[in-house]
Order: sequence, then C-alpha cells, then structure tokens
Amino acid sequence: MPNKNNNETKREENLDGTIVFNLPFPKKLDKESLKQLKEMTPIVKRQPYHVEYLHSYAQDSPFFAGLTNHVFLGNRDPKTGYTYATPRGADMYTGNETEWVRLPDEGKVHAFTVCHFGSEEFLPETPYVLALIEFEGANTLFLTRLLGLDPTKASLDWIGMKVKARYLRNSKLKPTDVYFVPAEAREE
Amino acid sequence: MRPVYAVSGGVSKFAKARPDKSFQAVIKEAYDYAINDIGLDFKQFTEIVDGSVASYFSDHFSRQLMAGIMAQDYLGLCPKPGHRVEGGGATGGICFQEAWKAVSSGYMDVCVAYGFETMSHVETWKGNEFIALASDVSFDYPVGGFYSGYYAMMVTRHMKEFGTTVEQLAHVSVKNYMNAFHNPYAQKHQRLSIKDVRNSPMVAWPLTRLDICVMSDGAAATILCSEDGLAKLEKASGRRLPRVKVTGIGRGTDAMRMSDRPHDSYDKFMKSYALPHEIDSKETQAYYKKLWSKGFRYPGVHSFRAGRMGGKQAYKMAGITDPLKEIDFIELHDAYTSSEIQTYEDMGLCRYGEGGPFAASGKAFMPGIDYGLKLKDKPICPVNPSGGLIACGHPVGATGLMQAVFAIWQLQGTIKKHFKDDKLQIKNAQRGAIHSHAGTGTYVTVSILEKEK
Repeated sequence: MPNKNNNETKREENLDGTIVFNLPFPKKLDKESLKQLKEMTPIVKRQPYHVEYLHSYAQDSPFFAGLTNHVFLGNRDPKTGYTYATPRGADMYTGNETEWVRLPDEGKVHAFTVCHFGSEEFLPETPYVLALIEFEGANTLFLTRLLGLDPTKASLDWIGMKVKARYLRNSKLKPTDVYFVPAEAREE
Repeated sequence: MRPVYAVSGGVSKFAKARPDKSFQAVIKEAYDYAINDIGLDFKQFTEIVDGSVASYFSDHFSRQLMAGIMAQDYLGLCPKPGHRVEGGGATGGICFQEAWKAVSSGYMDVCVAYGFETMSHVETWKGNEFIALASDVSFDYPVGGFYSGYYAMMVTRHMKEFGTTVEQLAHVSVKNYMNAFHNPYAQKHQRLSIKDVRNSPMVAWPLTRLDICVMSDGAAATILCSEDGLAKLEKASGRRLPRVKVTGIGRGTDAMRMSDRPHDSYDKFMKSYALPHEIDSKETQAYYKKLWSKGFRYPGVHSFRAGRMGGKQAYKMAGITDPLKEIDFIELHDAYTSSEIQTYEDMGLCRYGEGGPFAASGKAFMPGIDYGLKLKDKPICPVNPSGGLIACGHPVGATGLMQAVFAIWQLQGTIKKHFKDDKLQIKNAQRGAIHSHAGTGTYVTVSILEKEK
C-alpha cells in the first residue's frame, strides 16, 4: 500500500516476492558441511490461506432485515425496559429474552475517531470516521461510520453533535448498511 | 490457599521478527534463562517441575492449532500436566494467575508459566485485522475493525469529559521510551520528546504511532512454587533463592462490545466499584458527586470496569488500602499511552478524571532519569520502569509474563545482573503490581508481588 504520510522515511513492506525453485546446498555432506547447515537458516516462504465462512446472524438477524428496509431496530428487556442500541438476545441484568423495538433515526455522537490507518480490509477506505452513537430512550450505544465531516479537521466539538441515520439502497447485510451523517446534512 | 513464590523468570529478545527460530525455540530461550538463573540445568529442573501453563493469544498468527503442546514437548515437559490459556492481551497475566492457582491449590509444587506470540508471519495491517477479530464480528469488526480506532474513541471521550490533553498522553510515551533506553530486552531504544510523539504519523486521531505499542515476536517464562517446591529447588541448586511472594491476585471482565458498557450512577459506583481509600475520603466523594452532576457515568467508554475489579480484588487480598502509597512500582499494560492513563484511574493511583494531570505530574516516572521534561512532582510509584509495551513490544501471549519477570527482578534487586545496568532498579522495592489487559478492557488481571520480609 502507498505511504500515507509525506514525512515517512521507510517504505511499507509487503508480501510480494519471487518464486524460487532451488536452494543452494553443500555438494559434499561431510562433518564440516553438516555443521555449516546451522548457518543456512531461515528459509521463509509465502503461505496463503483463504477460508469462506457461513456466518449466521442468528437471533440478531431481524436487525439486518430492518436495515435493508431502512428501519433501525434495537432490543429491550420486556420487564425493565433497558434498551440496547446494538442487538442482544438476552438482557445482561435480568437474563430475560429481549424483544425488538424501533429506535429513532436520530442520535448524538458519544465518541469518535478518524482512522488514518486500519486493518488490511479497511485500509483502502482510510481516512474514515468511526463513532459511537447514543440515542434517546436507549441505554447502550451503536458503533457506526460517520460521513459528511472533514476527516482532516477532527474536533472534540463533534462529540454531542446531532446525527441522523442513512441507509444503503443496496443492502450488503452488514452493520454498515446504516451510517450516520450530521443532522443538518441535506437530504440526497 | 498456600503461599506462592515467584522464584525466577526469563525473557527472550523481543523483536519485530524472529525468523531465526521457531516459536518453541524462542520460548526455550526464556525457559532456559529462568532455569539457569536459579542455578539448575535442564535435566535437574525437568525432574522437579510438576507441570505448566501455556500462554498465547492467536492461532491465526502462527496458523498452528495446539501450539501449546508443541512448546510442551520441545521443552521436554511431556507427560506432565499442562494446558493453554487465552484471553486476548491479558493472556500472559491470566497464565501467571493460573500457574499461581496450580501451586496455591496444592495441585503442583513447582509450575512453569510460559508464553509467546509470533506476530511477524503476516504483514502489519493483516496483523491488525487478526487483532480486530477480537471484537464482535457481527457488529464491530465490519464497521472498520481496528483496535487503535477503538482506543482512540475512548480517548476522545476522556478528553471531552475530563479535559485530558494529547500532551499529557505523550508524557507516557516519553517516559516509557526513556525507561526502555536502559532495558536491553526492549524492542525500541529511542529518546523522544513530546514534540516527536505528536509529530509522528497520525494513526487514529488523536493517537499517533508513538502513542501505540508495536507488534513483536517474543516469549517469556516464570517459575512459581510452593514452600515445598522452593525447598526442592534450593536443595537441587544448593543455594538459597530470593523470596518473592505473590500476595494478591484479582481479575475482572467487561462486555466485548464497548457499546454495551453500562453508564452507572454515583450510588452504584460507590457500592460496587469504589476502592477503600475513595470510600474513606469525604473530599473524594464530593469530587465524584460533582463529576456525576456534570454527566459522568461509570464506566462508560472512558474507563475500564474490569481493571477496577482486578485491582480491587488483588488489593484486598494483599491488604493494600492506598495503592499509590503502598505499591513501589507497577508494570502496566500500556498498549496505548491513553490506556496507561485510564489504568492509573482504574488502579486508584488517582481519581477518575485525573489521569491526564497525573501522567504529566512526574509521580509515575523513575527517579534519577532525565526525561527532558519539567515535572511538578517527585516520583512516588514508577509505572512501567521497564519501558512497558510501548517500548518493549507486545508479543501478546508473552507480555503479561514479561511484566512478571521484570517485577520479580525488581523485587529481587537483580535488575543490574539482568539488564547490565542498574538505572532501572527501584531502590528497596518491597511491593510491585503487574497489570495485564485484553480487548477494549474485556479481561484484566492484577497481581501483587512482594519481597518476603
């Protein structure tokens, strides 16, 4: 990946390499050359690994169906009313099975960061804003991407900012099917 | 419960990559060192040791399942009992405590705790991806899973609520790097200024590269024993061994997803989480009441409830009522400068909200080292005299054990012997704490070690 900062003095390493078909080895295996083998390490090779999983959203599935239909769902303890803005099948405090409730499409930024680097999967998307959102009537938060803010102008003033949900038209069945933008952002 | 002695330890060289040796052979470096340091050879120790606990975090990094047993057989410990523990970044701390349990319960007289991680087999950003898989893969990871990002969100909240500054964070980096300058085991040897920390590349605002620990290959091992075990080791080595006792252990947990953390009331905090010296102080109660009136809720995303619980339990067991005054040093899990500051608060070195000023005060610095900083206060309880994770490196499964080894050496008074430099020896160290921390604060262990009087 390209260096992201102009003041970097070191190139990023990557796993591109050369295919090797033979390795030099002593012609005669006498005592001395067997001893010398200890100097001929390490051999380092590339070892790709790829797996496809069938990931079930299980009891949390309706949340993703909700996002696909532009509805933001949370879970609530039927007895205490404790409300989770990130789905959870059982309440942590009572053990009760939770029920589904619709949460508001508007909330406030509780905490945020701008990621200038990231895990390999998300590097091409940097810089991106991660934020935890709080909602009226919910006791817990929701982790999301925040759009519509200049990532080079990060400011603590963003905390407390009113934000609203936007949904992908073509659902990917991921929590990023919903994302948030400042409440005053114009409708598109 | 029987008394448990932490009698010896060893640490391999921590490095960005150790392609020269397999993970078993790197563990053996630390293991052999620990055995030799008590005057035994491999065969003598093998005859005495009753079993082991193995510590490593990720099967992904080595792409090797059951690596623990491969270490066990390489070390010649088969067919003795052993098992692997895993708890993210706290794996090493958990391993130390499981070995303590094995001895304390009477199951073993001598137990060796060893741990490793080989993180160099994948590129840095793939490594970050593996680490981020230690967050909820349905709701957290797909949003942009990146641990530095998770911690940076805690930082912005801490800054907003308490006025913590990036310069205060940078004090931690300057301190830990400067300490590590005298530690030959450290991966990094750099003298830094606050400016250097702030000018290094931004990773996740406001954390720069120098606010964050690096990935490493490395291993560590410690030997724990009962009084009977100590007698066996001393008989075999023919010499009296320094007495360092484990006098307290504590462990707490919290929800995997930061979003699920409670936002509890003042009353709940005082009832369930406050430390004795906080409960006893009217002034502290007034301070906290004021915090809550301004909207503070506990633990939220700025504090680690698991760390508080770990500290609270360990202090109770060791009879500590005022940690800042009663602990001589702490090896603390500083994966981020910010998490060191958050942990000052969890461990009761200062009150919640005061971590920033505490970091810049000088109270957690080493005496006798010129940091190039103007510090208001004299050192009281040096934190990360070794250089911590930030400068020593963080080969996950080895890290908590590395802290134990450095703490054992501090309490034995043998830092000069092991570091070839006594700059980091805390004079007359009687009691130290080690703190090991996982995830976004999901598992946290605190263990107290003391020189036997």
